[in-house]
Amino acid sequence: MSVFRDPTIEQRRIRWAWTFLALPIVFYVTIRFWPTADAFVLSFQKWNLLKPREWVGFDNYVTLWNDPVFWKVFRNTFVYLIIGTPVSLVIAFIVAWHLDKVRFLHGTIRALYFLPFMTSAVAMAWVWRWFYQPVPIGLFNNMLASLGFSQVAFLNSTSNALPAVLAPAIWAGLGFQIIIFMAGLRAIPVSYYEAAKIDGVSGLTVLWEITLPLLKPTMVFLVVFSSIGFLRIFDQVFNMTTNDPGGPLNATKPLVLLIYQTAFGGSFEMGYAAAQTVVLFLILLIVSLIQLRILRDR
Amino acid sequence: MKLHLKTGVMAAAMALGLGASAARADVEIEYWQYFFEARVDAMDKLIENFEAANPGITVKMTHFPYDDYRTKVAAAIPAGEGPDVVQLFYGWLNDYVDAGLIQPLPTDMFPPEKIDAEFFPMVQAMKRDGQYMALPTAVRALALFYNKRLFEEAGITTPPATLEELVADAKLMTKTDGAGNITQEGLTSGMTGQDHHWLREVLFRQFGTPPYNEDGSVAYDNEAGAAALQWYVDLQAKEKVTQNTFMDEAQAAFKAGRAGMHIDGSFRIGALKSTRGLDWGVAELPSGMGVQSNYASYWVNAISSKAEGEKLEAAEKFMAYITSDEAMQIWLETVGELPAKPTAALTPENEADPVYGPFVRGLSYAHATIFADESGQRNVLVDAVNRMLLEGQSAADALHQAAMEEQAILDKYNAK
Amino acid sequence: MAVIETPIADRVVAAPPPRRANWGQMIRWLLLFAGGIVMVAPLAYMLSASIKYPYELFDLNLIPKEPTFDNYREVLGDSRFARWFGNSILIATLVTISNLFFDSLVGYTLCKFRFPGRYIVFIAILSTLMIPTEMLVIPWYVMSSKFGWIDSYWGIMFPGMMTAFGTFLMKQFFETVPDDFLEAARIDGLNEFQIFWQVALPLVRPALAALAIFVFLGNWTAFIWPLIVTNSVDMYTLPVGLKSFAVEQSVDWEMVMTGAAVATLPTLIVFLIFQRFIIRGVVMAGLKG
Repeated sequence: MSVFRDPTIEQRRIRWAWTFLALPIVFYVTIRFWPTADAFVLSFQKWNLLKPREWVGFDNYVTLWNDPVFWKVFRNTFVYLIIGTPVSLVIAFIVAWHLDKVRFLHGTIRALYFLPFMTSAVAMAWVWRWFYQPVPIGLFNNMLASLGFSQVAFLNSTSNALPAVLAPAIWAGLGFQIIIFMAGLRAIPVSYYEAAKIDGVSGLTVLWEITLPLLKPTMVFLVVFSSIGFLRIFDQVFNMTTNDPGGPLNATKPLVLLIYQTAFGGSFEMGYAAAQTVVLFLILLIVSLIQLRILRDR
Repeated sequence: MKLHLKTGVMAAAMALGLGASAARADVEIEYWQYFFEARVDAMDKLIENFEAANPGITVKMTHFPYDDYRTKVAAAIPAGEGPDVVQLFYGWLNDYVDAGLIQPLPTDMFPPEKIDAEFFPMVQAMKRDGQYMALPTAVRALALFYNKRLFEEAGITTPPATLEELVADAKLMTKTDGAGNITQEGLTSGMTGQDHHWLREVLFRQFGTPPYNEDGSVAYDNEAGAAALQWYVDLQAKEKVTQNTFMDEAQAAFKAGRAGMHIDGSFRIGALKSTRGLDWGVAELPSGMGVQSNYASYWVNAISSKAEGEKLEAAEKFMAYITSDEAMQIWLETVGELPAKPTAALTPENEADPVYGPFVRGLSYAHATIFADESGQRNVLVDAVNRMLLEGQSAADALHQAAMEEQAILDKYNAK
Repeated sequence: MAVIETPIADRVVAAPPPRRANWGQMIRWLLLFAGGIVMVAPLAYMLSASIKYPYELFDLNLIPKEPTFDNYREVLGDSRFARWFGNSILIATLVTISNLFFDSLVGYTLCKFRFPGRYIVFIAILSTLMIPTEMLVIPWYVMSSKFGWIDSYWGIMFPGMMTAFGTFLMKQFFETVPDDFLEAARIDGLNEFQIFWQVALPLVRPALAALAIFVFLGNWTAFIWPLIVTNSVDMYTLPVGLKSFAVEQSVDWEMVMTGAAVATLPTLIVFLIFQRFIIRGVVMAGLKG
């Protein structure tokens, strides 16, 4: 951009800029900022859509703090994160690392891993829900039975249900992570590897000393991105447990489902639900900041 | 020009004596109910008849999946969006009245004394300050559906009359594979379906405790209650004649012909009738300890607070029609739900009917639960059973916790 | 230099250099291939179930003894499905067009114009990335019911008409467009909008494609907001419709699987046809966004 400009042209350009931005600014203010502020305000109010809003101070937060279901849900939300992120990233990295070294039918194999990413979570939740059914209809249990094993209660179990619901979410996200890892791997200059080869460094050392450190930006991105995804899980849980949403015994209920039920599940406790969304916001913010801090520093 | 034409047509219509309703500009009112194929079909018929009898009024029906129905109604009316006439579950009435979502039915068209005398007494729960707020077209009760083919296979000739016979028959029809997995259940179970009603209004009473006290508070937290709950859970845990996750849903297992018996409401009749290759019968719920009980419920129609002016007038007419004897008969034939008036329901013909008979007889000893929050109260019992099945909690502890939770829901509601 | 290239994205779609064939390499290939088969197995079983008769539905065989398209005939013959399909296509397309236009316009403005307040606008838009949608659904719902947007296409679409992600992505790509190009156009007498529309936009075509893929896929599969904002069956999008269809059909798993297949197949087919293109887009969006 030229440094010396005619002032009138300069002014005209500024006018153009604001013209371009006018509608978007209206959009961001009304559809993003105002609702955000409204959610915060609402979290200090009691409101069921019918009667006027009523200020209640920190009541919603106090109720939340004293609600055992909330703490159960809070824990579940983090379990989704703590299992989901490492498991999916480790699998994705292993696949990407090896896929990067395979030429024969490379595109086909990549497509196999990527296809689930193109699916709708709702559709897949129903497919997996069918797989998880007990004998005689569930695919997994029928397989187990045909091999002579006793059946596993996938969804009707307080311990198995959460991983069972999480599995399709991990499965669907792998393709994306693999591709991003591949991009990261290929961004590493070949000369680094050649130098290591000349020095006679072993494969594992190359992985540990060269590949992983150089992949750090990719990993930071994927960790933050997938963590946010797992903390916001909803579609899979909601569709796989429609008979008793988030059940059994709230074993699969994540925060977003609790929010949905509080706000739209019949009692319309909008203020209470808003307080829950503020908690979700804080969780996402804090988790992202911690991850960025830790991964950047190392 | 256009205006003149219209006036001309109107004048002609008046001259021809088509009556006031034709002369008035067309009124469209909106009717909402949840989606259940037979109910939608029945309502289509009623609307057709009503429109034919009331030219100038059109009724637009909107329906939603059951899961989302309650939410949508409560959100739409205050926004001025929703229906003029709305169908709601009788247990939600309090919420709707408190929220000002519905208006009382005018006493001239719906005289309370007449309704008191004509409808089943349980409908009186719809009265507030001497005025009816809502009226049902039909009422429903529970009964035991059974698969005739499986009965025959197991050599069972008559449906079980007592709880002991129920378990014995269920055992005869339960099949397992080599690993002990159930492949055919004797009796379906599922607290998320109708079983929580069966437990609450039937089993509790049969084991010797009313579910609620006179003042509405929880009454089942005692030994009799625990025994009832234990008996129910034992169907799966000890007798192994059922599995609550079998085929995903109780009614699905029965529909697929993989279950011998299934407890459900009269609203299931329509769906079962349209299931090909399923030969089924209906019996009254088995008695327990010599006590017979049943759970009755009904959906009511009400005029929303949004309706006013000529829409209100049209809505009142529509309300009157859908609670008429004619509508009740159509509803019975299409949906399988029983007329809300004893004179229409308890006819010798209906009582002798192999399908409707058991439901009609059940109505005479049925109880309707006064819910504060139906889904919340349902979940309390769902969780109690799950705690026993999945976490090994004792019946007494599970029930005690359930009682506390349910009482909390009731208290919260009453405090409002 | 007609189009700004992104080397990394291109390198990802290319096959790696050949390696010496040995046992290790073969085992690696076999394991990877087996893993890939496991990945698509759920999709294969879904498709298999959708062309089975109920009697063999729960058998483990993938190829039906007696394939049938009856299920598809029934699902596609269900007028609701056609409607949901149309709704989803319409909504995803309109939202994508809106994003392509506005996100690039805002990204371009923030990248190529110098004016007071630019930085604030940029940071403000970027900061909305921190706000989860779930936090906004309640206020959006309230807003929609106030303005009568409930149960309308606009109600489903309005929250996504512009995204900070897309704006940021496009801004990054406009950085690669040399200012000289724009200056030359300016000297030729084009006005600022013409410069954006005729000169700058064609140069970032690959980025537009990447953004389009993400926005379309995101709206095609979106669930929670359409679930909340729609009332009538006619306004459902495909995922919301599929959920209500599945709940209704619970016993007939072959119908549920057929419904799932109908909701999934279009994107799978599009992917198989434009594989390289889509993967390039995903990398570009993923790395720059």
